[in-house]
Amino acid sequence: MIARTLIELSGALKRREISSVELTRLYLDRIERHNPKLNAFITLDPERSLAQAKRADARIAAGEAGALTGIPLAQKDIFCAKDWRTTCASRMLSNFVSPYDSTVVERFNAEGAVLLGKTNMDEFAMGSSNETSHFGSARNPWDTERVPGGSSGGSAVAVAASLAPAATATDTGGSIRQPSALCGLTGIKPTYGVVSRYGMIAFASSLDQGGPIARTAEDCALLLSTMAGFDERDSTSLDRPKEDYSRELSSEKGGKPLAGLRIGLPKEFFGEGCAPDVMNRVTEALAVYRSLGAETCEISLPNMRLSVPVYYVIAPAEASSNLSRFDGVRYGYRAPEYGDIDDMYVKTRAQGFGAEVKRRILIGTYVLSHGYYDAYYLQAQRVRRLIANDFSEAFARCDVIAGPTSPTTAFRIGEKIADPVRMYLSDIYTIAVNLAGLPGLSHSCGFSEGLPVGLQLIGDYFSEARLLNVAHRFQRATDWHLSRPAKFGDV
Amino acid sequence: MSLTLDQVRRIAYLARMEISDAEAESTLETINEIFLDLIEPMLAVDTRGVEPMAHAQDLTQRLRADVVTETDHREAFQAIAPETEAGLYLVPRVVE
Repeated sequence: MIARTLIELSGALKRREISSVELTRLYLDRIERHNPKLNAFITLDPERSLAQAKRADARIAAGEAGALTGIPLAQKDIFCAKDWRTTCASRMLSNFVSPYDSTVVERFNAEGAVLLGKTNMDEFAMGSSNETSHFGSARNPWDTERVPGGSSGGSAVAVAASLAPAATATDTGGSIRQPSALCGLTGIKPTYGVVSRYGMIAFASSLDQGGPIARTAEDCALLLSTMAGFDERDSTSLDRPKEDYSRELSSEKGGKPLAGLRIGLPKEFFGEGCAPDVMNRVTEALAVYRSLGAETCEISLPNMRLSVPVYYVIAPAEASSNLSRFDGVRYGYRAPEYGDIDDMYVKTRAQGFGAEVKRRILIGTYVLSHGYYDAYYLQAQRVRRLIANDFSEAFARCDVIAGPTSPTTAFRIGEKIADPVRMYLSDIYTIAVNLAGLPGLSHSCGFSEGLPVGLQLIGDYFSEARLLNVAHRFQRATDWHLSRPAKFGDV
Repeated sequence: MSLTLDQVRRIAYLARMEISDAEAESTLETINEIFLDLIEPMLAVDTRGVEPMAHAQDLTQRLRADVVTETDHREAFQAIAPETEAGLYLVPRVVE
């Protein structure tokens, strides 16, 4: 059962081969067995999950089931879920039991999905390795001495080790795509504004976007169809008609299902800086794409090299503003001892935030402070437009852009955590997509020394259905997405 | 350009985070490295005439009818607060 995709599980539930309670128990048992080693979940509440599963079974029995009714899903601990502890992997929120549902959780609840647990992540989503979590790093099931990537590390680990059939995640600079790549999964970050940010704890509001991580593009399409859609409670939610992201997947196509597709290969993605073996796997995947009928052409994103610097001005600036709400007054952590109110603030925040979060708050406060705003923040926003312009020019010449998702496979726990600049460069291929607000997908495309390699597909605004279809055709022709780590392959 | 130790202390205060001398020194070192190695190359880019981009989509702020849409959740919200009394959030005295 656990080797099945979400779509297969949905079929099994409908045919009553298994009940939601049984399926939920199956995953809860696996979590109990493997989570001590993998640290993928921060909070579990089996009773609550099973009660939800029971209600789903009643709905299935009544013939009122949708595709996700009874499916257990892991939620990244950045999404508020009513009566669930929601920590954002921070000491600051380690005691926060959310009084409300985020829109994403609310939508899954309405479909009758089961909340299996809250997954580990980098603190406030600031990190590329899951190591900044207050609850310790999640571990990569392909090699437990290595990071799963971040920030949505726990979500990726849960799916890769079959502790959940799929999970939600968020992506500010690569946090869906990079862990998907490092754990051998498929994940999509939609166009900015497609998935509501209401109840999704804010890091950098102009970049944050929610999306799914699953084994296949088909599963991602199903999940995204539920997650996406206009929400008046998010001021940057886009008011567009609801989409069925699976619509392009089911059509049967002949030997060249991608005939006519133009794949642009930015020369900036294929130069130095990428591990040779990662590049080999990507090149081999491109050969598969050509065999499916796609054509490839070289393109250029000349301002690409500026995306990391721009990001490390804009994201900390927005974070310093967003995280000013954590003051120890209305909810969350408060320092046990303090003098006056200022002392309460400074101690609460010094004790409640971890080192990486503090570092980014300080950088953000600095670049927004008097005398530096124009030189740093405004300049970063101008260069951000140049980066976005590069993409619009590129999309005049190609339909999708492809390249590696991450310059390396999963690195060792502890390898980069003391060197922020090196850590920040692990997102070198993913950050520009957030700055431009475009959709980006990562799917597995092979292995290097037993560790998964991811291929990134970037599309023009609102091309999620196309990206998912392109990845789906690749997965019809290959079976990398079916590989599961042997150590966690028990049933 | 590099920051000074005093600037780091000043920023930490603006951000309302207590910082020890040792922390300030190690922070100074890392932040300067981030600025010099990572951020500095961006400053030299010629952006004359380029409109700053705050968001990916050109959105205008939506307006809604001026009616009450929120319901009262005071009890649920205060149940998770560090300290409350008689429906109020308690903090150290601010006004003498």
